[in-house]
Amino acid sequence: MTLDIEVTGLQLRYGDVTALDDLTFRLAGGRIYGLLGRNGSGKTSLLSVVAGFRKASAGTVLVAGQPVFENPRVTRRVCLIRETGDTGDKDDRVGDALHTAAHLRPGWDGDYADALVDRFEIPRRTKLGELSLGQRSAPGMIFGLAARAPVTLFDESHLGMDAPSRAAFSDELLSDFMAHPRTMIISTHLIDELSPLFEEVVIIDNGRLLLQDETDVLRARGADVTGPAEAVDRFVAGRTVLRERQLGRTKSAMVYGGLDEQHRRQARDAGLDLGPVALQDLFVHLTQPSGGQG
Amino acid sequence: MVSGALGGDEQVMSTNQYAAYYRINPATVAKAFQQLVEEQVLYKKRGIGMFVSPTARDALRTQRRERFFSDVVDPMVAEAKAVGVPIDEIVARIRQLDGRKGR
Repeated sequence: MTLDIEVTGLQLRYGDVTALDDLTFRLAGGRIYGLLGRNGSGKTSLLSVVAGFRKASAGTVLVAGQPVFENPRVTRRVCLIRETGDTGDKDDRVGDALHTAAHLRPGWDGDYADALVDRFEIPRRTKLGELSLGQRSAPGMIFGLAARAPVTLFDESHLGMDAPSRAAFSDELLSDFMAHPRTMIISTHLIDELSPLFEEVVIIDNGRLLLQDETDVLRARGADVTGPAEAVDRFVAGRTVLRERQLGRTKSAMVYGGLDEQHRRQARDAGLDLGPVALQDLFVHLTQPSGGQG
Repeated sequence: MVSGALGGDEQVMSTNQYAAYYRINPATVAKAFQQLVEEQVLYKKRGIGMFVSPTARDALRTQRRERFFSDVVDPMVAEAKAVGVPIDEIVARIRQLDGRKGR
């Protein structure tokens, strides 16, 4: 069984600062979601509320229809792995931290945890605080996967890992997700690297929901139109243009939305090149102060 | 399918196998499979998996033939013009390649 997440009118204030403002969205259970947003946009605040670490100032967060905050029946089934690891005290040895997690997590798979520790060559007798920078994120990922929590949240958990480790963890995450479907939210700045794992993306900006969409639908909405400046200008007139660049007489414009097959043919007939836009580029321009307004 | 490596009525790998191989979300693979079912390139056997339609190879080859000039020949001619390769030379080269193969 997979658990869905329903957020309604969520607001979170720290004193005078409003970290989350009137957030409303629904995540169907059993999918992998990417949570994207700039630094300070509220990703960590949102995940903390979903995990029940923080109390909402207003609004509701329901997991499988149940409120999360101070509700152990739900929080037991939610696992948040923060960028800082959260896997235990700095002075705990890796092996002891694993032992503790086994007691705290009802779905814990000890054999799988052991296999991951071996695969990522994490020394069991080393203290968590003494792991090398590259190894420090690994225990978090291992705990997050081996906990098999029906709702698993990774907040920037890839930080500090090198490219081969990230690739290996993506493989583990996917294969374990397919074997044990659950609801996963992964927040990251490594958008182009991790977005193939996401069925849907949720983008928040300044504590508000900017958009929620299937990843490939969102990606298909962007296009780079390149060609002679006047032809590009004619083609993009009246469209949402996220970015324009010019090199001599050649111009390139990133358009967002509203391109069907007929428009694409028109562009080609006008001698324009239509190219795909990387999700990260779309994200950069959608979350700029002027983004999405053009 | 076009090269014949995957034959008609042959089973294709599962969505999970494709997802693991390409490191992509299995739902994305499932969508692609669904699209290929709608295009009658694949067909589904309930509870068993996805199979290549017996007509897939011919249909795909026909599609590719239709697009051959716009996808392959037109860009080649444009490139030849841009860099100054006479069309006669291209024709001669094609005849030469074709003749060699025919022998």
